[in-house]
Amino acid sequence: MYEKDGEKYYVVDGHVHIWDGRASNHKNVHGKQFIDCFYDYHKNLSPEEVVWDYDTYTYYGAERFMKDLFGEGYVDHAIFQATLLSDFYHNGFGQTEEAFGLTRQHPDKLTYNHAYDPRHGEAGLEQLRRDAERFGLKGVKLYTAEWHGDSRGYKLDEPWSRRYLEECLELGIRNIHVHKGPTIRPLDRDAFDVADIDKVATDYLDLNFVVEHVGLPRLEDFCWIATQESNVYGGLAVAMPFIHTRPRYFAQIIGELLYWIGEDKILFGSDYALWTPKWLVEKFVDFQIPADMPEYAPITTDQKKKILGLNAAALYDLDVPRQLSLPTQAGDADAEVAAGAGAP
Amino acid sequence: MTRMAVSVEAEVLAALSTVLDPELDEPVTELGFVRSVAIDDEGVEVHLRLPTSFCAPNFAYLMVADAYDALAAVPGAGRVRVLLDDHHDSGKINAGTAAGLGYVGTFGVEAENSLDELRRTFQRKAHLAAMERCCRSVLASGAWTVEELPLLELFDLPEGRLKSALMRRREAIGLPNHSHARVMVDHDGTPVARSDVALRLRLATTTRVSIEGNAHFCRGLLATRYAGVDPAGSAPVVTNTRSHP
Repeated sequence: MYEKDGEKYYVVDGHVHIWDGRASNHKNVHGKQFIDCFYDYHKNLSPEEVVWDYDTYTYYGAERFMKDLFGEGYVDHAIFQATLLSDFYHNGFGQTEEAFGLTRQHPDKLTYNHAYDPRHGEAGLEQLRRDAERFGLKGVKLYTAEWHGDSRGYKLDEPWSRRYLEECLELGIRNIHVHKGPTIRPLDRDAFDVADIDKVATDYLDLNFVVEHVGLPRLEDFCWIATQESNVYGGLAVAMPFIHTRPRYFAQIIGELLYWIGEDKILFGSDYALWTPKWLVEKFVDFQIPADMPEYAPITTDQKKKILGLNAAALYDLDVPRQLSLPTQAGDADAEVAAGAGAP
Repeated sequence: MTRMAVSVEAEVLAALSTVLDPELDEPVTELGFVRSVAIDDEGVEVHLRLPTSFCAPNFAYLMVADAYDALAAVPGAGRVRVLLDDHHDSGKINAGTAAGLGYVGTFGVEAENSLDELRRTFQRKAHLAAMERCCRSVLASGAWTVEELPLLELFDLPEGRLKSALMRRREAIGLPNHSHARVMVDHDGTPVARSDVALRLRLATTTRVSIEGNAHFCRGLLATRYAGVDPAGSAPVVTNTRSHP
């Protein structure tokens, strides 16, 4: 919970990791390049006083994770998003067992989302059923651009992917987080393309599709789709830290999102440990659209409350204390989107 | 150094400035992607670099191939070599481009199609953003209203950077550039209907915000990545050891 100027905010960090990017875990040079790339993101977009040294960054473990999120970061609940990268790391990049172990110790604070890959066919479906039971999955995190053998990625609307989505419905996995943003080795297809979200969102109205990184660097494609689909949400991971380095650009992103998809469909995420939530929460609560950008309406306190936690709480059925909730329902799938559409 | 040699340098840099990042729609020279230019008796060798080793290989390939083509068109350049440094596919891209294999030839089974469609997608987005900047400027001047924009012609745009940028983008996607051509058109030249104009302008704004944001991101990452070795930033190191004019 974060409190400022008498207002209280229930905070859900919708995108966190415990990773191991140490040299001992690198399977090949890509493992090193990947964590180096993350470290550059971290150094480039964090305020100087919260930049970590490289060794801490490659592995920080559960204790530091708990301190940074729940001790200092104001987070009430956090959602692990799996990042396996088995081709780059001996023991995976995201540490599944360590993360899941923590969710067992702190079920009120943590949710674990695992991953699947529809290119694993029948065997992968069977694995998904086992994972859903073991982890109690409410959500999954998918990398449509991940390489697998000769395949350069997959589309959500391909036949096998549809079978997996149908299995998610059976298993009660409602939240499908899809990485559409800076990615790993996309090749001949545009791996950032969000058109496949459009098709499956229409066909599976009982699933929620959370587009991570709000489709950056394809913000306009994402907005256009999300405007037309009631069950498409935008995760702010990676877009958030611009609030520090490029506040005017952040104003444009959040302004566009509020215009096109509305206040009920935007979810906060730090992408920890790319960035720590403490400063992101503080700066977001203090943030306002600059006065010389009249094309965007000012952001209200209620909108900030929804984005910082209440929307994600609705998707994951989290128990929000009464004094931290709003009289109106957040994360409302029926909420009118593109409320501003039609205005110049 | 002879006057002629200076001219080769200038021509090489001018050629590189025509190479755009296909997604950011800005010259690689301005983005700081040109690390070094070496001119000697045999030819020209250019090293390119990118903000992270995980920049998409398809975009990386397009920039290397475009740089190669631009330099090959410089008279007297000699043998042209373009090398991409510090990328996970550097070896593959450098060898494939040097051998003139093309994209599919370079990546083999990893590439299903040529990159023409991908390139077109971003050329269309670049056009949309350039169109939006022009429209916003005439709206800001008070001479036009949103409802009147479908009637706006190239003739009506003030001469300057915004208009010439729009003309270049139009040419790239095959739109006519005569003075009475409409400004608010689809990528295939179809005029935007009056009833759609406000929404279409809004979507074009989002496209522009997205492209500009990516450029911020890439510049920041490039500066971070090379802060230790090249804190000066974007200017390429140019050397000319050519002994003949």
